[in-house]
Amino acid sequence: MSRSLATGNHAAGHALALAGEANRNARGCCAGAYPITPQTEIIEYLSGFPFSKGRIVLVESEHSAMGVCIGAALSGARTFTASSSNGLAYMTENIFAAGYYRLPTVMIAVNRTLGPPWNIWVDQGDSLMMRDAAWMQFYCDSHQDLQDTVLMAFRVAEDKRVMLPVIVAMDGFVTSHTQMVVDEPTQEQVDAFLPECVIPHKLKHDHPSTFGGMTWPSETEHHRWEIQHSMENAMTVLEEARDEFEKIFGRRPAGALEAFETEDAETIFIACNTMARTLRNVVIERRKKGEKIGMIRSKLFRPFPRKELLEAIGPAKRVAVLDRNHSPGSGGIFWQEVAATLSHDPDMLLQDYLVGLGGGDVTPENINAIIDDMSERTTASDPEWKDDTA
Amino acid sequence: MTATTPSKPYENHLLRPGNTNCAGCGMSIGLQWLDEALGDEQPVLVIPSCCGIVTAGAFPTSGYGVPTTATTFASSPAVATGISAVAKMNDIDNPVICWAGDGGTYDIGLATLSAAAERNEDIIYICYDNEIYGNTGGQRSGATPIGAVTATTPAGKGERKKDIMAIMAAHRVPYAATLSISHREDFLRKIRYARSIKGFRFLLMLSPCPTGWKSEPDQSTELVEIAVRSGLFPLYEIFDGCRYRINQRPDNMAVDSYIEQQRRFRQIWGDPDALNAHIDAQWRYLDGMATVFPAKDSPVTAAVT
Ligand SMILES: Cc1ncc(C[n+]2csc(CCOP(=O)(O)OP(=O)(O)O)c2C)c(N)n1
Ligand code: SF4
Ligand SMILES: [Mg+2]
Repeated sequence: MSRSLATGNHAAGHALALAGEANRNARGCCAGAYPITPQTEIIEYLSGFPFSKGRIVLVESEHSAMGVCIGAALSGARTFTASSSNGLAYMTENIFAAGYYRLPTVMIAVNRTLGPPWNIWVDQGDSLMMRDAAWMQFYCDSHQDLQDTVLMAFRVAEDKRVMLPVIVAMDGFVTSHTQMVVDEPTQEQVDAFLPECVIPHKLKHDHPSTFGGMTWPSETEHHRWEIQHSMENAMTVLEEARDEFEKIFGRRPAGALEAFETEDAETIFIACNTMARTLRNVVIERRKKGEKIGMIRSKLFRPFPRKELLEAIGPAKRVAVLDRNHSPGSGGIFWQEVAATLSHDPDMLLQDYLVGLGGGDVTPENINAIIDDMSERTTASDPEWKDDTA
Repeated sequence: MTATTPSKPYENHLLRPGNTNCAGCGMSIGLQWLDEALGDEQPVLVIPSCCGIVTAGAFPTSGYGVPTTATTFASSPAVATGISAVAKMNDIDNPVICWAGDGGTYDIGLATLSAAAERNEDIIYICYDNEIYGNTGGQRSGATPIGAVTATTPAGKGERKKDIMAIMAAHRVPYAATLSISHREDFLRKIRYARSIKGFRFLLMLSPCPTGWKSEPDQSTELVEIAVRSGLFPLYEIFDGCRYRINQRPDNMAVDSYIEQQRRFRQIWGDPDALNAHIDAQWRYLDGMATVFPAKDSPVTAAVT
């Protein structure tokens, strides 16, 4: 292990490369790669990495990038890629295909606003658009969290109790293009942490079958049920992976979520990615003034950790969600999930705040304004627009 | 229909009995001849959305006796790239074959196809061209010939068919050739030659579709025979995208009987001028290329027997 200063893109790209290389004694690794700001450095890093058994295919579109991953995974290789924003939108059809084909690809989503109008800054709407695509989704708040989560993602995705692809998301620019100190893993550690990639349903010459052809409604429903079941298994597998990770790397990555000062909190704020780090600092400051507030960093979005969230919220009856994404005609997407989780509780006051859309900075001032607004509320309203301009 | 390799048990045939192809579908002959040409070799089939994936029937049965994967409509060359890349790094030599319709080839998948050809991936790409979106009920495609009635061109298509062979030749792929289901030896030889070399190989098969062409199922091979002899569907090969060999010259058989046996051409029955103009233009181009860039002296050609 070596401590080094790395950008988010470097940290993620390096973790993908080490994971790919770790499969060199099995079927190797393969990725389809296509550039888009702000993830481009990841695929550039991968293209220059000296894999002993791997190939980065430089395709003509994101749609084909995922197509290559699908073919390679169907052949038993470890697969990965990265994209952002309109790249993810263009890739969508094959993102769903990889999910429903249950191929354990790992994709870095460097969150960026969907255009038009063109905007390269952070907004989680791009990866959240894939919420129904049968992919797990993690949202990372630091470079270390990101690097660790990428490695964890392969371990969980390729576990036969899960066998589903994973999106690991980070904030465009705020994370991707800034540097932080990370404990970089060594190849030996990654080799020890990641078992050989085994894809039970890969194409087999001794057992020819047609993969992905037609099914009737009953089989399709069963297939969906199995995916739901595997999503539920993922919670157990994730905990096992954290234990194993700690043994090998000497630190314990966050699981489904991180609760902070929630035990006696009357009001709890929920946020993801770097926004959650700012929120945490504000909570520390306001706690000093005696305010009974706490926060939850939402890390795992799919499967959505309902049980863990309810436990973390505990007896609190006031919850606010900060969403850096927007579903027009509804509101924030994390809020929708939290609302579904809390729907049994008639005494709950749940408020959504839309912040930092299109990449506006979410400053301590923004968050203080939200906390003030929340402290005066007696009822919830429609999602509130709380950024610099709205 | 011609019998395929008799030594194999039926379940190991590339195309099994019980598949869902319509009677007289060009795919049925094409897939069986593909199987025959490959002999004991087992390919991986990569099939986008099209009639060819419906051929397999419904899960868990399969009309294909070889490992086969469905892909999204535009993605067969990309998925095949992943399969072929992993095969290569694991020293697996089974051919990776895309089997795609004209919609997946000329239209929605063209960028994907172009990129795989440009990268010269080790893939055999076969387009069975029924000149229509068969799977969705027979709408026009970029391969639909001028004059043909489709579900979306009720008055007959106004535009000419795209020259996909010229497009592929412009990529300088090692091999591109046309396949006829009425020329068995030529068909088998071309598949075997394609198999004997590496890189991106493109094969275009005119694939009668009695359902969409409104033709009689027992006329399919005859229709292709007329298409070849009239010059409408030339039989030729292009090596490295720049050396041409014409396999059979048209004998000036009139295209009239071709169109009269297909109700899709009912708008131009008795008036084949537009198709004849297409044939003339096509042969001026092809003759020009074959004259200036003949395949006969090329080292690649020398390897062909
Ligand atoms: C992205 C997408 N758009 C549309 C379709 C609907 N669709 C399925 S097959 C098909 C036409 C296929 O035509 P072709 O490739 O010529 O094959 P054929 O059915 O004629 O054999 C269409 C439009 C689809 N499956 N995917
Ligand atoms: S619709 Fe046409 S191409 Fe499709 S199976 Fe029937 S005959 Fe073949
Ligand atoms: Mg077609």
